[in-house]
Amino acid sequence: MSERSRSHRKGKGADDGSREAPMVPRASFESYYGRPILKAPVWEDDIAYYFFLGGLSAGCALLSAGADITGRPALRRGTRVGGFAALGLGSVFLIKDLGRPERFLNMLRVFKPTSPMSVGTWILTAYGPAIGTAAISELQPAWLRRSLPGRLIDALARPAGLSAAALAPAVASYTAVLLSHTAVPAWNEAQEELPFIFTGSAAASAGGLGMIVAPVAEAGPARRLALYGAAVELAASRRLESRLGIVDEVFHTGVAGRQLQWAGRLTAAGAIGGALLGRRSRAAAVASGAALLAGGLFERLGLLNAGRQSTKDPRYVVEPQRARLRARDVLHVAVAEIQTG
Amino acid sequence: MKKTTAITRNSLSGPLDDVAADAGHLEHPPRVGFFTDTSVCIGCKACEVACKEWNLVPETGFDLLGMSFDNTGELGANSWRHVAFIEQQAPSRAPEQAKATVDLPMPSFDLPGAGSGAESRTDFRWLMSSDVCKHCTHAGCLDVCPTGALFRTEFGTVVVQQDICNGCGYCVSGCPYGVIERREGDGRAHKCTLCYDRLKGGSQPACAQACPTQSIQFGPLDELRQRAAARVDELHAGGVTEARLYGEDPNDGVGGDGAFFLLLDEPEVYGLPPDPVVPTRDLPRMWGFAGAAAGAMLTAVVAVFAGSRRP
Repeated sequence: MSERSRSHRKGKGADDGSREAPMVPRASFESYYGRPILKAPVWEDDIAYYFFLGGLSAGCALLSAGADITGRPALRRGTRVGGFAALGLGSVFLIKDLGRPERFLNMLRVFKPTSPMSVGTWILTAYGPAIGTAAISELQPAWLRRSLPGRLIDALARPAGLSAAALAPAVASYTAVLLSHTAVPAWNEAQEELPFIFTGSAAASAGGLGMIVAPVAEAGPARRLALYGAAVELAASRRLESRLGIVDEVFHTGVAGRQLQWAGRLTAAGAIGGALLGRRSRAAAVASGAALLAGGLFERLGLLNAGRQSTKDPRYVVEPQRARLRARDVLHVAVAEIQTG
Repeated sequence: MKKTTAITRNSLSGPLDDVAADAGHLEHPPRVGFFTDTSVCIGCKACEVACKEWNLVPETGFDLLGMSFDNTGELGANSWRHVAFIEQQAPSRAPEQAKATVDLPMPSFDLPGAGSGAESRTDFRWLMSSDVCKHCTHAGCLDVCPTGALFRTEFGTVVVQQDICNGCGYCVSGCPYGVIERREGDGRAHKCTLCYDRLKGGSQPACAQACPTQSIQFGPLDELRQRAAARVDELHAGGVTEARLYGEDPNDGVGGDGAFFLLLDEPEVYGLPPDPVVPTRDLPRMWGFAGAAAGAMLTAVVAVFAGSRRP
């Protein structure tokens, strides 16, 4: 230490020794009394249930269309009915989570391309009747099937099922954009991976349901779809976790961390179990399917909780933004240096 | 006044000259806003009271938060103005090396507070700042609202229509400042309207009218930006080098705020995000990734059925 700086260590007028050099650097992170900057999402777990059920329904619509075309009646029947039931139940959760559920229809006042929730509402408005028609044709009692409306529904079942399948990838993926199009750090920064996690999880869940409802001879496509979905979901989750910097913590800690860990375990076990044992034993297929469904539900709950957690600590807002500003400053200095030669 | 309804460039993010025209207002008054000069705020909270009185914002009970004189805590459904109080060591104007020391409490024989002259003064300072909805050029809350309840007024401000809001809560997560909130027991989203009703009647917002020090200044945004730049120059010339504007830059992540601030420390010290970005900026990119994922899903389904026509 130089002579000059040593003399300054005592500080001005510091013969009493009351001014000393700090031994630790000043904390670099500052906040307003540690309070959150962002509001926590108001969405309850209901929304995670809807994400799961909506994704399941979309995957089922795709499976049922394939089963219809390739002549797998049990798989077709089970996934049509399952897909419609999932959508119906999911819609209940969706409406229940509104602050004013009785005003649900206000969603249909406008079509707003900048709002993924508005876009999603219109996708569901087209998708619901399509999967509904296909499902009702499976559920008609014999006396209704013989009547004119019954015959009409049966005639419409295949075109309706194929329409639902055409819309299904949008149903499964729009929810990822819905979450990413927020200021919630964990969701916004996961914008590249969330659509793959959501569609992957939807495919895995639907594959799981297919394994449960169809005999093993018909469930081959369901097993393969589950394997595809699980692989995509798990690969996208790995990529996400290696990319996010400090915000990554919320995916590994607390409730969200535990839920996501179980989601990964159950999904992997279900997909591999289904592929290895699902063609030999119906019981193993049902168990694998149940594991896939549980994994899909935990995945959505975990992602919802990770988002909530990332709004509660101002660090997750301030530090990435500070890093962004520093990077921009460095860039400006570099550009200025180049310009001045 | 521009006469155009065409979607202009930068409709999703970036600088936007005429925000009301971009929203479809053919004839409209100039864009208005707030310039909150926190260097003259005295923390009287007249703005909070005037706002609650005029807008009939419900009370939230008697909370003692233990955060200096701040017992409001944050902006929310029931607090459309919020005065922040920060007690801190004033930035030293001494040379860099002298700054690298800290005061340690030492025992003394004097009664506490016995000295009252200039020699007893410390470097303590008190920052006070009245926060409010920023009425962003690109408002995250407005972009994500699925019902059209949130809208851009002819004054360029952002307002919730309470007869339409169904409480979906999307705006709450869409706001990069954490301003708008769903009201407990009411179920709808509420925030500052920049006193839309008073603007319609030719008055200024209640908070600006009540402010006794002109810390809250209301007016056309262009004029406020000039005033703010002059005020920063004045403070810098007076040695207050830490004075800086927050939210006035049309090139920032939200295209500039309709309500911007003069601060005396980093934004996060006041509970403000240092570099907020409207999530809509990345929306086309997000749909791109969603499209890729959706396409992959469809392809996978075709593949799992291919070559197995009959079981």
